[in-house]
Amino acid sequence: MTENNTNDNNEAGGATPERVVGTPKAGEGVVSGSSAAPESGHEGPYKASETHARPEEMQRRGEKIASLWFVLAFLGGIGFLASYFVFGPEAIAEPQIAQYSNMLLGGTLTLAMFGIGAGMTVWARQVMPHYEVASPYDELPSNEQEKGSFGAFFMQGADESGFTKRPLMRRTLILAMVPLGLAPIVLLRDTGPLPGGKLKNTVWEPGRRMYVEGTHRAIRAEDLDNDPNGMISALPAIDDEHHPHGISLNEQAKSVVLLIKIPEDDWQERMKEEVEGADGQTRLNWTHNGIVAYSKICTHVGCPAALYESTTHRILCPCHQSTFDAANAAEVVFGPAHRPLPQLPISVDDEGYLIATGDFTAPPGPTFWDYAKD
Amino acid sequence: MSKTTQAPKALRGVGNFIDDRFHLAKTGEKNLRKVFPNHWSFMLGEIALYSFIILLVTGVFLTLWFKPSMAEIIYDGSYERLQGVPMSEAYASTLYIDFEVRGGFLVRQIHHWAALIFVASLVVHMLRVFFTGAFRKPREINWLIGVAIFGLAMVEGLFGYSLPDDLPSGMGVRILQGVMMALPLVGPYISMFLFGGEFPGEDIITRLYMLHILLIPALLLALIVAHFMILWHQKHTQYPGQGRTDKTVVGTPMFPAFAVKAGGFFFFTFAVTAGLSAFVQINPIHLFGPFTPTSITSGLQPDWYMGFMEGALRIFPNWFDLTVFGYAIPTAVLVPGLVIPGLLFGGLAAWPFIEQWITGDRSAHNVVDRPRNAPVRTGIGVSGIVFYGVLWLAGSNDVLSETFSIELYLTTYIFRVLIILGPGVGFYITKRICLGLQRRDRETLEHGYESGTIQQLPSGEFIEVHKHNSDETVHVLKSKPTITSTALADDADVDDKGVENPEARKGTGKLRRALAHWYTKDNVPIDDVEAHSGHHLHHSAAEGEKEAVH
Repeated sequence: MTENNTNDNNEAGGATPERVVGTPKAGEGVVSGSSAAPESGHEGPYKASETHARPEEMQRRGEKIASLWFVLAFLGGIGFLASYFVFGPEAIAEPQIAQYSNMLLGGTLTLAMFGIGAGMTVWARQVMPHYEVASPYDELPSNEQEKGSFGAFFMQGADESGFTKRPLMRRTLILAMVPLGLAPIVLLRDTGPLPGGKLKNTVWEPGRRMYVEGTHRAIRAEDLDNDPNGMISALPAIDDEHHPHGISLNEQAKSVVLLIKIPEDDWQERMKEEVEGADGQTRLNWTHNGIVAYSKICTHVGCPAALYESTTHRILCPCHQSTFDAANAAEVVFGPAHRPLPQLPISVDDEGYLIATGDFTAPPGPTFWDYAKD
Repeated sequence: MSKTTQAPKALRGVGNFIDDRFHLAKTGEKNLRKVFPNHWSFMLGEIALYSFIILLVTGVFLTLWFKPSMAEIIYDGSYERLQGVPMSEAYASTLYIDFEVRGGFLVRQIHHWAALIFVASLVVHMLRVFFTGAFRKPREINWLIGVAIFGLAMVEGLFGYSLPDDLPSGMGVRILQGVMMALPLVGPYISMFLFGGEFPGEDIITRLYMLHILLIPALLLALIVAHFMILWHQKHTQYPGQGRTDKTVVGTPMFPAFAVKAGGFFFFTFAVTAGLSAFVQINPIHLFGPFTPTSITSGLQPDWYMGFMEGALRIFPNWFDLTVFGYAIPTAVLVPGLVIPGLLFGGLAAWPFIEQWITGDRSAHNVVDRPRNAPVRTGIGVSGIVFYGVLWLAGSNDVLSETFSIELYLTTYIFRVLIILGPGVGFYITKRICLGLQRRDRETLEHGYESGTIQQLPSGEFIEVHKHNSDETVHVLKSKPTITSTALADDADVDDKGVENPEARKGTGKLRRALAHWYTKDNVPIDDVEAHSGHHLHHSAAEGEKEAVH
């Protein structure tokens, strides 16, 4: 890119630029004690006035120090190779040993790298001369003649090619490009299915029991009384042998619920209101014996809203601190969430196990534009 | 000094072999003579470059064992505490790198530390370029490339963070997906396509892996090469000093001095990264456990460069959320997710052109400004830092609340107030400091510098002896440019024939004049200063009065 600059007068060899006024004169180097008489017998690549050679004594000392660093670096490098074999692959399975191995390998590597860096720095600062070389910035715009010549050449070529003169050809070429331009976007179509109803339905269905999250133990209503926090995180009772958890992560992400026991007197207004389009049902009808089930996935951006404070009945999402009032239909009382946590209607079956009596009241998870539409 | 003038035979052979094919002798010499000005702040970009190289090398090593698969398996590797736990192959293979590959733990930590240092150094490098006005003509395009590198580096870091599929890692992906879902109309589609279905699906890590190790690094590499080639072609900017002008660069030549210095600096950068990785543990994924969409821990923190996004998501309230014909527009997600990064990157990209429009300055600059000499620009830069910094701190509000025993919601309110007031206060204070420094510069220029020596005059008066400024100091102080704008010139709106430009009466013309006034109005002039070279033994009463006038 640079080689075609005709106006670069910092060209190789001969025509080195004039010394610029103000740059240090020979013999008054920036580094103290520099260059006794650089002019005499100077054969460096740059002008003597711009080169401040270090005194021989300094150079000799610099060589020794740099070499010392390089020897240290060498030892570090050897140490690194040795540390690799000190702890074998079986040994590092133990986290404590893995830590030691890490420190030994890392420490020796650091020493090796630092030694080389330090040695090179000493080399540059004590052995090599200090250069303060002046050089011109290239005049960037081309001169008028060059611009004019280029412009004329380009237009002649363009005219001759007929691209401007033959509109039919030009336009059909552009036309031909359009479908090809769309092709890569179209080809991405199969990266995933359309949302359809997927985001709005979960595996909860009437009669579905629930497991304590992370176990295969079905939950009874009494379990909530025994829980000190009055809160249990639960998943639908599904045992699909294709998944180690018994249920896919996709389903977990949608169907996980918080079961919360709330004292009779603490229910707030919204629980007692009739729910729109639910045949006169209230949210309290969807609880059982003071137990209410809400989606655990925050309606903000989808973190599990896992913190529950039983005295205030508040559910808090630890990510962005959206706070929901469990005693009041999980209304948002603080933070950025757009809407309440969806409620899961629950009841108990003949054997006393908690069951769902339907799906969530609204799509669980992060709020999306048409979540409220059927 | 040795008297070598002719290269040894072997070297000549190689040189001739290359030159016969590429004709490089002249170009080669010219490029080896390329001059690089010296200043510590010019090494910030170098740190970014070297961290990037470290990232490439360590990243290749990690791919030898990492399996970008979300297939669920039961772990039976050598890390005992997780044996029998269901997890993705991605997480299991990361544990394998940590506990079964010697040096794997180290390299993974070097990779992570280098990523943090990469983004940090390029941010600081960018601030240096901003505050010194090094983005001005002819370097606007390199600035834009830099902005693109910054943006890509953040995305690259986020995706890399997501790969091991440990708990915080997966939660980062979850938040990304949640933000995506909030986009009106297209959100659910983009999410379904990116994740190959619902969250978390089985494809996302494979896809992020491709983006992380192939597509984005390739783009970054191309942009970094372009950035460097443009720098090489235009030559580096320099601070004002004797002999340094817009036409002449003064510094260390590439060969031999700069090459050795830069080489040494690469090893220092690597040494620091390796040292941190050896002794300061980062991202111990084996302690976090595998990702499940239903679990979380409190006090979760992203990598530092995502902190401002996290903070924005935390403090932006849902007060402006809309429902239009039953469709939800959750601005509490959209503003932090789109508007704030848009402001940040858009503002960065647009600034050189905005400044050029305000000042009408079309000339090329190779000598950079001292930040104090462009007070409005410096003020804007600081208000940007305050804005970013407040959001960044807000991303840790739960940790701050815990550490300083402040009520959690109160921290949110404090940050909401700070984000509105902070940038303005930062701007005002910075501008005042800049002008104060300009005044001090003027005084130094006029009276020399304070020597700390107190003398008693025969009259009994005490004075502090001021000493001569060095020629260098006088030169630097005198190089202060007067900021002007063509919009404010008397004939700005009148063309050669004395006809008023109709544009000038329109809104944009008025806006430009107002901005130009704001941009240029505060300036401590030095034109009238007689560069006094010290000798304040004769500190006369007249001079004292003159000073009081300033």
